[in-house]
Amino acid sequence: MVILFVLIGGGLFLAFLRLILGTKATDRAVALDTTTLITTGFLVLVAFLQGRSMLLDVALVYSVLSFLGVLAVARYLDGGLR
Amino acid sequence: MSFTFILAHVLTGLGALFLFASGVGVFRMPDVFNKMHAGTKATTLGSILFLSGLGLFEPSWLPKLLLVAVFIVLTNPVSSHALARAAHNDASEKPDNLVIDDLEESKGEEQ
Repeated sequence: MVILFVLIGGGLFLAFLRLILGTKATDRAVALDTTTLITTGFLVLVAFLQGRSMLLDVALVYSVLSFLGVLAVARYLDGGLR
Repeated sequence: MSFTFILAHVLTGLGALFLFASGVGVFRMPDVFNKMHAGTKATTLGSILFLSGLGLFEPSWLPKLLLVAVFIVLTNPVSSHALARAAHNDASEKPDNLVIDDLEESKGEEQ
């Protein structure tokens, strides 16, 4: 379980570092997509480790909202709705 | 040590490995399209493996975890497609060694 925590936490840290350091706007958008997906897995892992099934609902709503957010950012970078 | 226990360990381990690899890829890859290759496909596979593996550990959570996995499988290609179009329209992002560019050619045919 510690190995899973370290692997997913490390991936989350690296993707988040790219989100902060990212050289261009599209780089940051891709890093945002990756970060939110890894965070969904991380939330489910925390729910399993703590035995709280409420965090599963949090993960589901988080994945829905992150999809909408990434789609909105991508359409904005593409030049808005056409 | 039943069969499902071993299978759950293997699935969660592989899923966590794929999620870590996608983080490394997003951090290290040189341009946007390479980053997208690592950051959107590997996270889809990693999420499927990891969520189904945790569902084998806690069978009562399996329906909700599969719901999250199915949602990720349905939505992640859509968002990555939108991101790829945005990156393609940004001319400063285009790498020098892009050999085949079908989207640019199909744009020329429409006009």
